[in-house]
Amino acid sequence: MSANEFYSLNVNGETMSVQDSWVGESLLYVLRERLGLPGTKGACEQGECGSCTVLMDGEAVCACLVMAATAVNSEIVTVEGITTDSELTDVQQSFVEEGAVQCGFCTPGLIVAVHHLLGKNPQPSEFEIKEAISGNICRCTGYGRVFAAVEATIRSRNDSK
Amino acid sequence: MSVIVAKELTTALTALREHGDARLIQGGTDLMVEINFNHVKPTTMISLRDIKSLRMIRTDTPGIMSIGSGVPYSVIEGEPVLTAIPALAQAARTVGSPQIRAAGSLGGNLGTCSPAGDTLPVMFALDASIHLSAIDSSRVVSIHDFMTGVKRSVRQHDEIITAIDFPIINGWQGYSKVGVRNAMVISVASACLVADHENADVRIALGSVGPTIIRCRAAESWLKTTLDLSTRSTISLDVANEFGRRAAEESSPIDDHRSTAQYRRHAISVLASRLLRKAYQ
Repeated sequence: MSANEFYSLNVNGETMSVQDSWVGESLLYVLRERLGLPGTKGACEQGECGSCTVLMDGEAVCACLVMAATAVNSEIVTVEGITTDSELTDVQQSFVEEGAVQCGFCTPGLIVAVHHLLGKNPQPSEFEIKEAISGNICRCTGYGRVFAAVEATIRSRNDSK
Repeated sequence: MSVIVAKELTTALTALREHGDARLIQGGTDLMVEINFNHVKPTTMISLRDIKSLRMIRTDTPGIMSIGSGVPYSVIEGEPVLTAIPALAQAARTVGSPQIRAAGSLGGNLGTCSPAGDTLPVMFALDASIHLSAIDSSRVVSIHDFMTGVKRSVRQHDEIITAIDFPIINGWQGYSKVGVRNAMVISVASACLVADHENADVRIALGSVGPTIIRCRAAESWLKTTLDLSTRSTISLDVANEFGRRAAEESSPIDDHRSTAQYRRHAISVLASRLLRKAYQ
């Protein structure tokens, strides 16, 4: 039995091969250290902080809790693949405009979580927004500006309809 | 190959029988933490993530909702479970964060078998049954026999938990949990109460206050002899508080990094009393 794993992952629409990895490697580790996608941040490595949030088959999950080699049949989208444009997404632009970014470490996870929320529920209530970002810890903003950025995105999407 | 990503249950069961060192992984919310912190060094992994039969909710047996062991909490917190087994949907919604609920499952709660497993008190209060399969056999075990201690169950190495059968109750059911905040919290104490109108009885199970989930059989039978529950009339604060006190007496909590035994016992008395009053509002 080989101790080293060779497999392919579907990340941001591309098939990426993972060479010679250890069986226990998390998706977070593989994305950052093997596939050159450092946008997904790692902090707690126990699913508490949400900074490693990615989309897996359309669901927001913590990449640190996904065993990478078990994700071979899933479509993974990281913050790098949240848009194919070179421009920022409307969510990212709102984060900038509302000052929802301070140290920036939690930002990629929050951006993915907010895209996931608005994709499923375009008109979330205040409670639904709070619940949707409850798994993303931010120690700088106090969440007020993050919350304002989500609301600004919703307003601008409604206005452009 | 040291990671087997099974698409069929039989593939996983065959591999599990072959590899004595194999670990099963579904959502990974427990096991990956152990691996990330080097507490577990896996050699052979069998992933259940892609087995569709473990992700089904069945209602073909009358009076039973059978939930596949891999159905994520994010599904359990909504319909059809919300209407059929509201206490289970409530418990599912208290698990971790949206990210954790998209990955975690009942099979994981049972496989880990922690007394703080959020959905376990619901299984105990509803007398749920656990389906276990091996490559050449299968069995159904009552939840009361399944969990034997802290992180211990009767599951054998070559068995996979496939589904959990929940009886559909005609009555009221609710789940309450005490933790330091709403999101991302492991319970300090939890309780599930079921008021079964057909049998005119009340059942209550407690989480995080003993080595296993605790069914308060003495408090249940005290209530049944004290009150005629078939009238479904409201319950006085005195009776509810006495029920809470008796339920707390049956708990056996410990002091740990999350809370103290004394606080947990108090929390149980309050949860039990409130749940009972709510059931007969």
